[in-house]
Amino acid sequence: MSVATGVIMLPRTSIGKKVIMAITGLIWVGFVTFHMYGNLKILAGAEYFNAYAEGLRSLGAPIFGHGHLLFVARLVLIFSLLSHIWAAVTLAMQARGARPRNYALKKSVQATFASLYIRWGGIALFFFVLYHLAHLTWGVPGINNHFIPGNPYNNVVMGFSSGPAIVFYYVALIALSLHLYHGVWSMFQTLGLNSKEYSSMIRLLALALAVVVPLGFAIPPLAVVLGIVTL
Amino acid sequence: MNLKLRVWRQKNAESQGRLVDYELKDVSPEYSFLEMLDLLNEKLMREGELPVAFDHDCREGICGMCGLMINGVAHGPKAAVTACQLHMRNFHDGDTIVIEPWRATAFPIIKDLVVNRTAFDRIIQAAGYISVSTGSAPEANNTPIAKTEADLAMDAAACIGCGACVAACPNSSAMLFTAAKASHLALMPQGQPERYDRAVLMVNAMDEEGFGGCTNIGECEAVCPKEISLDFIAQLNRDLIKASFMGAGKRL
Ligand code: HEM
Ligand code: SF4
Ligand code: FES
Repeated sequence: MSVATGVIMLPRTSIGKKVIMAITGLIWVGFVTFHMYGNLKILAGAEYFNAYAEGLRSLGAPIFGHGHLLFVARLVLIFSLLSHIWAAVTLAMQARGARPRNYALKKSVQATFASLYIRWGGIALFFFVLYHLAHLTWGVPGINNHFIPGNPYNNVVMGFSSGPAIVFYYVALIALSLHLYHGVWSMFQTLGLNSKEYSSMIRLLALALAVVVPLGFAIPPLAVVLGIVTL
Repeated sequence: MNLKLRVWRQKNAESQGRLVDYELKDVSPEYSFLEMLDLLNEKLMREGELPVAFDHDCREGICGMCGLMINGVAHGPKAAVTACQLHMRNFHDGDTIVIEPWRATAFPIIKDLVVNRTAFDRIIQAAGYISVSTGSAPEANNTPIAKTEADLAMDAAACIGCGACVAACPNSSAMLFTAAKASHLALMPQGQPERYDRAVLMVNAMDEEGFGGCTNIGECEAVCPKEISLDFIAQLNRDLIKASFMGAGKRL
């Protein structure tokens, strides 16, 4: 028997695929945390918020040109998400093939809802990412009709003046919360950084992210609905 | 007490199985779960029916042969015991008990409740040898090992290979078993020379047998009769990551 060795074995073994998910997941956890924080700046008014969005494009100056570092960040995020999804899908297929028929009766002893339904939450997040880009990045007509390129403040206010947008957004935040609650803890376990000694601390960290990040994201649309953030 | 049993009956690997209902009277609460099945089988034989096939050997919780999905929980409702050590006092008069075999592609059903668990043996075989000289008893104090490490290795070595972890896992993953077997050597000085090769070889064998991957749900640990800890899975993950950077696993 010959087996793959070295780092190329990672995408070929179940554990290695999980390692890929953990690392790409971590990149996305970093992104969503940062993005949530950035969004809150909308409370400081149009000028400040639009300047922040524009400022993201000059990140890395003078080493990077206008928008270049942002472009790199986008590539990393897209590549990470695709790798994360690829691993999730291949592992889901492996698991599906691993049980030829289901039990007539099966009970969970201790499993959390977040852990059992992580794949469904992931699918919800994937569709949300696409919707979210169409809504606030590309301004696809029909999804955000009053989109003005280069004026994110306007786009957020107009974007959240529609009921369905708010519903999609909040459903996605629930999925995000559940995904973070299991995912962050799972990431430590997958990378071999968890043990009984630290497990409750890591659970607490996961819980903190699962509460703080979605709550932070929930504020801007709420502020629009309540008329705190207006044009 | 009187029980209603719903037992998985399947003639052989090829045939379609189904749940069959039986009524069983006068079951003593003192009986073990397997003794209750013995009682059922005696009744079936008296009635000229084929007895229910189920695996067992030691009946004292150490061999790992017995393994039944009892009312949807591997080894039944009591934590940290095997089916043979589960007693009928954990059930009530009039209860319905659903009894199914372990369900995993890597554990094909042989007959009724008996499954083929040789996939586990092949994972162990893939691990290969460890470099110790055999033949004479080693000098007792030659290889120092800390008490904490020895205890931890012993905890991992307590795995009896019953397969409940696979049976309970929503992914049918064999990670807890594989991690226990890999860890008990990885924690010992004697296990060091081949440690990282072993991690790669065992994980590859585990995937090849058709088990699912682990998503850290933790049902395995909850049903394990030997309370094998998820920490050993973290240990195996760590060893595999390190092995990948070392290029380990080339040993044939
Ligand atoms: C968009 C599509 C996504 C899909 C299909 C998806 C799916 C999954 C699945 C199936 C797992 C496995 C959980 C486990 O094995 O324990 C997982 C883990 C994880 N996901 Fe996602 N996810 C997606 C997006 C995200 C996003 C946006 C984030 C960032 C917030 C994220 C962060 C994580 C983390 C940190 C893990 C833990 C990795 C590990 O178990 O080691 N995922 N994801
Ligand atoms: S880890 Fe526990 S449940 Fe799994 S085979 Fe070993 S003893 Fe059985
Ligand atoms: S028969 Fe040996 S462990 Fe149950």
